[in-house]
Amino acid sequence: MSAPTAFRRRYGASPLHLLLVLVSFALAAYAGLRLFEGDTLGVAVWFVGAALLHDLVLLPLYSVTDRAAQALFTRGAGAGRTAPRVSVNYVRVPAFVSGVLLLVWWPLVLRRVEHYTAATALPADGFLGRWLLITAALFAASAVVLVVRTRRLHRGHRRARSATK
Amino acid sequence: MGTSGIGRGQADDVPPPKGGGPAKGEGPAKGEGPAKGEGPAKPAAPPTAGPSPKEAAGAGRTPPPGPARPEFWRSPLRGPWLTAVFGLVLLFGITVVFVTGLLSYAAYDPDLAAVNDQTPDKGWLGFYLFPWPTSPYWLYRLTQGVHVTLGIVLVPVLLAKLWSVIPKLFEWPPVRSVSHALERLSLLLLVGGAGFEFVTGILNVQLHYIFPGSFYTLHFYGAWVFIGAFVVHVAFRLPRALRAVRAGPGEPPAGSEEAVGLVSPRPAAPTISRRGALAMVGLGSLALLVVTAGQSIGGWWRQTALLAPHGRDPGSGPNGFQINKTAASVGIRPSDVGPAWRLTVRGQGRQVDLTYGQLLAMAQHESALPIACVEGWSTPDQRWGGVRLTDLAALVGLGVDTPPVLVESVQRGGSFRSAVLGDNQVRDGRSLLAVRVNGAVLSADHGYPARVIVAGAPGVHNTKWVTRLTFGEPA
Repeated sequence: MSAPTAFRRRYGASPLHLLLVLVSFALAAYAGLRLFEGDTLGVAVWFVGAALLHDLVLLPLYSVTDRAAQALFTRGAGAGRTAPRVSVNYVRVPAFVSGVLLLVWWPLVLRRVEHYTAATALPADGFLGRWLLITAALFAASAVVLVVRTRRLHRGHRRARSATK
Repeated sequence: MGTSGIGRGQADDVPPPKGGGPAKGEGPAKGEGPAKGEGPAKPAAPPTAGPSPKEAAGAGRTPPPGPARPEFWRSPLRGPWLTAVFGLVLLFGITVVFVTGLLSYAAYDPDLAAVNDQTPDKGWLGFYLFPWPTSPYWLYRLTQGVHVTLGIVLVPVLLAKLWSVIPKLFEWPPVRSVSHALERLSLLLLVGGAGFEFVTGILNVQLHYIFPGSFYTLHFYGAWVFIGAFVVHVAFRLPRALRAVRAGPGEPPAGSEEAVGLVSPRPAAPTISRRGALAMVGLGSLALLVVTAGQSIGGWWRQTALLAPHGRDPGSGPNGFQINKTAASVGIRPSDVGPAWRLTVRGQGRQVDLTYGQLLAMAQHESALPIACVEGWSTPDQRWGGVRLTDLAALVGLGVDTPPVLVESVQRGGSFRSAVLGDNQVRDGRSLLAVRVNGAVLSADHGYPARVIVAGAPGVHNTKWVTRLTFGEPA
């Protein structure tokens, strides 16, 4: 067995893999020592928290919400059908877009920045209203698309029915 | 076999057991590994060392009920194609965000003087620094607008990427080999670093300073912790991502090698196509772009930035453009800038004190220059009127080959009440100590009685309420 193969068997990947990882760890340690200077615990909590925020907090939340929405639309299908309907997307898409807007701009939307007006001379009270209006517009646009598509579908059905008569 | 060059043969390339059932899962994953000399099963065995190596390995490979089982994840969307598309978008986007971030760091000219340096312990991390140029005069406006806006626009893509690979977080066994353990540690730096950078950046542009320390320290060093893991991740995964994109959105069967553990073996009925999911994420990014970009473009477009912090104008008229910090917010008192105000010019051991009237009596010049903030917002060109920095240097005999200048504000507290401008910035004919803007006297919030305006410099280097200029090599 050649040396690289033996290494691979013991390590699980090529020597280049190990070298690359070690270079990145050395760089991370060099920068990390400086990052953690000061409020070490605070930074550690923020760093690890940032890694887990999506995977262990946001993802379960939106997954459960999405499943609930799907269940809602499934039940509406009736006639013994249990397959989820694609119509859930008419709620899912605007909710997603509205959600990411809030996720990014929540400090302003929820008025968490007390010194905002003092610093910038700009009014702090418009963000919530604008976000709500955007959200309303997104759901309204989705409703319009739903109506247009449903009408088209019905017209198609009617035409198909009259054609077979 | 389709594995990447560097990562080839690492345990991670072998998919987790198919179907989850021991009998079903054993076959390909365990049987093939050792035969190819890759041995993922062998390094995985020690934690559950038992009498029979085969049984022990088998026990270690049966995931406990819950997210460690591939069939726990039901979405029919997950697969290498979707992950690869998000990954490639992030590869391009984050590279641009990182480079523009490094440029922003350089724009502060931290090596020029201690007052410019927010991270004096940077060591080799400032290896690339260069004197920030004054041309093109809109350079910082562009680079920082791109840095902040693109970072915000990438948020849905980052979330979608994390969503698409969630089964890998719970993969079983958690550690298959030394290389696999190191790679997972690297992934903690990658995901933690990405989250840390996005969160600190997004909070900072909204002035929500709840993070544990100085934004500059956290965001700068955090970026370097992140980028090493980012480069490693790209090196290990890019070949696989390119292959997956070439193969198209029809994902490979669950449990196959090409599925790399992402495809659900028990998919729920689809409610949206993969392209549809991609479009939804794209729509999220587009929405963020629409409600944000206007604060960097300015003019008519500013009103389109419905949720961005600088999406409205603070007033109308000549002084109605964006303010970073108002006079009141940094404690400027009327007496600081009243009749008793003097401009002190120092250099070569000489000193000249000017009253406001004497400053106005000097030769006045005009420059059309923007204000561009590290927070990503900027203004279109404003018409500034004032005295050239070189003319002020001439008062102390430094009119030619003018050296750098330390600019100090009457501002007592807070960061950036002083800054050192490089000789290239001082010598540029557009660099003014401005007393007027757009034909009017400066307002208190824009730095009355006098402020610096320099082509291409970040906003905080355009010091407001200036009271002292010290020409000469900084101490």
